[in-house]
Amino acid sequence: MAKILKQRNIISLLILIAIVFPFLTKNEYFIHVMTLSFIWMIGVYGLNLLAGYTGYLSLAHAGFFAIGAYSLGILTVKSEMNFWLAFLLSLLITGILGFLIGLIALRTKEHFFAIYTLCVGYIIYLVIDKWDSLTEGVRGLIGIPAPGKVGPVNFEEPLSQYYLVLFFLLVTVLVVYRIIHSLSGRTYIAIRNSEDLALTIGISTMKNKLSVFVLSTIFAGLSGALYASFIRFIGPDIGQISVTFDLLTYLLVGGIGTLSGPIVGTVLIVWLSQELQFLQDYRMLIFGPVLTLLVIFYPSGIVGALTGWKHKRDEKRKPQVARASSMAFGKSQVTVEKPVKEG
Amino acid sequence: MEIFVQQMFNGLTIGSVYALVALGLTLVYGILHIPNFAHGALYMMGGYITLTMMTNFGLNYWLAILVSILGVGLIGVLMERLVFHPLRHAPPIHDKIAAIGILLFLEAFAQYVWGADYQTMPSPYDQVVHLFGLTFTMQRLLIIVFAIAVMILLYVFLKKTFTGATIIAMSQDREGANLVGINTNRTAMLTFLISGGLASIACSLAAPINLVFPGMGQLVILKAFVIIILGGMGSIPGAILGGYILGFSESLGATYISNDYKDIIAFVLLVIILSVKPTGLFAKGGH
Repeated sequence: MAKILKQRNIISLLILIAIVFPFLTKNEYFIHVMTLSFIWMIGVYGLNLLAGYTGYLSLAHAGFFAIGAYSLGILTVKSEMNFWLAFLLSLLITGILGFLIGLIALRTKEHFFAIYTLCVGYIIYLVIDKWDSLTEGVRGLIGIPAPGKVGPVNFEEPLSQYYLVLFFLLVTVLVVYRIIHSLSGRTYIAIRNSEDLALTIGISTMKNKLSVFVLSTIFAGLSGALYASFIRFIGPDIGQISVTFDLLTYLLVGGIGTLSGPIVGTVLIVWLSQELQFLQDYRMLIFGPVLTLLVIFYPSGIVGALTGWKHKRDEKRKPQVARASSMAFGKSQVTVEKPVKEG
Repeated sequence: MEIFVQQMFNGLTIGSVYALVALGLTLVYGILHIPNFAHGALYMMGGYITLTMMTNFGLNYWLAILVSILGVGLIGVLMERLVFHPLRHAPPIHDKIAAIGILLFLEAFAQYVWGADYQTMPSPYDQVVHLFGLTFTMQRLLIIVFAIAVMILLYVFLKKTFTGATIIAMSQDREGANLVGINTNRTAMLTFLISGGLASIACSLAAPINLVFPGMGQLVILKAFVIIILGGMGSIPGAILGGYILGFSESLGATYISNDYKDIIAFVLLVIILSVKPTGLFAKGGH
């Protein structure tokens, strides 16, 4: 009980820090960077649900991010629709496209799924890049409006946008938290650990995989729509595969298949990137090997390593305590080796 | 009709390059069951090493290719030793992420060392040849002849030599190969060496008719994946056949459908194949 209280305290403290952050620093640039990293976090949570908890590595998430961003951009700029209506519609569009793609993509498994989604992502990028009449092609969409007024609150200013994005992030975290601790969350983990076994005990794997895939694309779309309204300009390069790789890096560094991993990883990498600005395009010289080394030595990232260390310490103190609590996270993933046979 | 034949010839050229890349990918997949996302980066490195050897060290085209084969092969071996070997018992998702890490590193590395600019590779074989009323450059002819020669050599190596047979054995059953006394670690390294070498040859041959830049491997590797799914993951004749099928459909598609969307053909093909048969064409065994 004391532990839960402690955990709650930490969470409330983090939220509090996020809320007062703009008052601690008057630097608008820092607020800008923080807002951006919150936006990325939402997308990373989407990827985490699918890759971390269900074990399906989707490489199309930059595509869904771009679909969300472009839906919002096209609906507001070209159709001049009300912002919030367009916002809801763009989530809906991403979800529907995610459903249709998932329907087919999820028939494939493991490597095939990764390759399939890689190709789907590339097709989305190419379509955005070449479909001039709809997306303005390489010129990009300019003049996307900031989020519309809600009652008396105006979202034109960076500060109010910061809180808006923070609100959506908190909603995302809450939704993911509830899912993971529900029966569906357990089902997803069961699918990750062994799909055949899950099927044998009567789990409808396809239904569950599809629902998590759609949910995950909606998060990517939400993140894309927020990005479009925050940056106010989008080009086809947001759909490029390198964006997926960025999301993956954030997820891996923080901890794939952990609840707080996306936050830790994104904040860390985004701020590191800011510090290493002089490296610019060469930052992958560092992050590439970091990604590979992490997967070899700490497959569940910083958060996974910390919780693993804590569990070990607790075990030393109370050796008779059951280890049930450690079951849910990465550890079980490491020990289960699946035979890699096709068929 | 003339355009058609000309395009068939172009298809043969591109197809040869694709087949070489796909062969390397399929060999690695066959023995380790890793979809090596970093293979495109190996391809790119091959192009840059050949280019540097030619421009900075003044080496002859063929010598430069030889150096590049060895260099990229070495990178391949290092990848196997340092990354994929430690990960051999990890869940499959880890191999893929590790490969992506290597890919990101190599691309950034190439950009750091050689810059982001597009560079042209001079070729000693840029003469124009007229044959049967068709025009083409020597380089394109060279690609076809050399690629086919390499494929035949590889085939003979795999089928007729003992070392080649160990690769085949390991792709059929890793534990079985281990039981009959094959050093699977050495075979894995050898396979990565060959795979890197093939990527390097493909790029060095194709570079004079294309351009050399850090992202040049991205599209090629995606297409190579399409090919090996088309031809069956791990199948060697499948990779060759698939490479030529894709080469032809692309060059014909570019002429008769749309040049803008020619790159999409491969992916649409893949999406259709995997939609109908989720384990790829020619996959062995049932669910």
